[in-house]
Amino acid sequence: MAPTLPSKRLTLSNDLPLDSGQVLPRVEIAYETYGELAADKGNAVLICHALTGDQYVASSHPITGKPGWWERMVGPGKVVDTDRFHVICANVIGSCMGSTGPASEASDCKPYGMRFPVITIRDMVRGLIGLLDGLGIERLHTVIGGSMGGMQALSLAANWPDRAARVLAIATTARHSAQNIAFHEVGRQAIMADPNWRGGDYYGGSTPDAGLAVARMAAHITYLSEEGLTEKFGRRLQDRPDGTKGTKSFGFDADFQVESYLRYQGSGFTQRFDANSYLYITRAMDYFDLAEEHGGKLADAFAGHGLTSVNGKGARFCVISFDSDWLYPTAESRHIVHALNAAGAPVSFVELSAPFGHDSFLLDVPALDRVMKGFIDG
Amino acid sequence: MAERLRPDLAVIAQNIAPGSRVLDIGCGDGKLMAELVESHGIDARGLEIDPQLVERCVARGLSVVQGDAGSDLANYPDKAFDYAILSQTLQTAARPDRMLDELLRVGRQTFVSFPNFAHWRTRSALMLGGRMPVTRALPVSWYETQNIHHVTIADFRELVAEKGVTVENSWFFSGGHEIGNFAANLRAEFALFQLSRQG
Repeated sequence: MAPTLPSKRLTLSNDLPLDSGQVLPRVEIAYETYGELAADKGNAVLICHALTGDQYVASSHPITGKPGWWERMVGPGKVVDTDRFHVICANVIGSCMGSTGPASEASDCKPYGMRFPVITIRDMVRGLIGLLDGLGIERLHTVIGGSMGGMQALSLAANWPDRAARVLAIATTARHSAQNIAFHEVGRQAIMADPNWRGGDYYGGSTPDAGLAVARMAAHITYLSEEGLTEKFGRRLQDRPDGTKGTKSFGFDADFQVESYLRYQGSGFTQRFDANSYLYITRAMDYFDLAEEHGGKLADAFAGHGLTSVNGKGARFCVISFDSDWLYPTAESRHIVHALNAAGAPVSFVELSAPFGHDSFLLDVPALDRVMKGFIDG
Repeated sequence: MAERLRPDLAVIAQNIAPGSRVLDIGCGDGKLMAELVESHGIDARGLEIDPQLVERCVARGLSVVQGDAGSDLANYPDKAFDYAILSQTLQTAARPDRMLDELLRVGRQTFVSFPNFAHWRTRSALMLGGRMPVTRALPVSWYETQNIHHVTIADFRELVAEKGVTVENSWFFSGGHEIGNFAANLRAEFALFQLSRQG
């Protein structure tokens, strides 16, 4: 593992203290940038990626060759206009696209595997702050994130309140619910049940692809809406390999198109993602509870942005949810917005109508473009 | 920007001190907020129930939350704003009296405007026509209207008096113009009150 990927890299000047009490030494952050940084460094936009995302937000993925994961949003003349903004997107620690994670070498020159410390969303953001420090960027024009990226954006705002002027959190939550944790646990158990997992010590040998694929399949269902799945697949059957059109096999091949689709998603995922990273990142998301970090009251997490903020350096917030997202439903966004209101922080919130479930933030939703553009430019 | 404001909104804009904090409840497409922010240097926030209107507000750079004034005001701290504004929305509330209490709680001062159901056109439609009025000020039929609690200027004065609320100022409008307060309950299509509550 630990492929050498074509990315910019920065080794943090200090060891990274973690929420667990452990310390992560020699942290490397792999990142991409798009657009020129202004002389006053005031046009930097940080985009935080989701669970299985990466730094290739607007450039093709070096393994899959697919376009950047948010190319519809980021680029010259686009909503996040790289003719105007210096866009930074970094791989989070714990991941597997060049930043320090379980596949990286520990001090004994062997991969960490499960010796990698359990990290939190705040630890990921610590890594990002280290990157910004290294790049000399004191205050971001905007920090943007969807899903787990939104958690990072909120965590950055809560813990480093003067590091961003605008915080845009999309399809996200301030805490993982029991249902969120439950789905993640299914994925983790699938990986750990794969005989190739070997307690996480599989680097250099066969990787737990079957388990990781099942984890991805289960998670993928949560990213789509029932309406979307029904429209895309319904109960339609696959054509058989021998050319027979849409008949049941009376066996356990992928008869239904939805089965075939999920298998394809699962196996494709194993080509580009490390199973141990999946364990660590889902764990970080499950541990996420922004209120808990701030004495149990979410409004206190945003105290640096409110009425009592005397330094005038607080951020403006924009929270966006989608009506078909049942992974992080609108109620979670409202919860965040109510806390921001209670803290007196300037906040916009809108629930957009889109048929694609949680994945709506990545897909073609014109209203999302308008709201984001208005917020970023405002 | 410089869009023409509805007369009640224009009066509100003229009577808000520069640099103050404002919550516009039922802010619609944000016309008043935009005017306050751009021409008066005011920190304006909005609350609006219609997602498409919220989208338009955010797209023009305003801080607006999609929500229901009937329930979402509870999240704002006491006296969080110098002014709370409720324009042409009171009569759509499930409990206008409670909403008024919430406005006076979150704002040091409150502006409330509403269509006057005792305007002579309304009265004559009911008295002579025997039907629920459909007028310039109340253009929607009884079965479609969002106005579920019609109110007159006299009713409103009585409510605020019962609540011990101070009327700081009042303005009346007809035909798109401000009119005097003589026989306002008969002559005014719309009323605007500036209120405050001590303590």
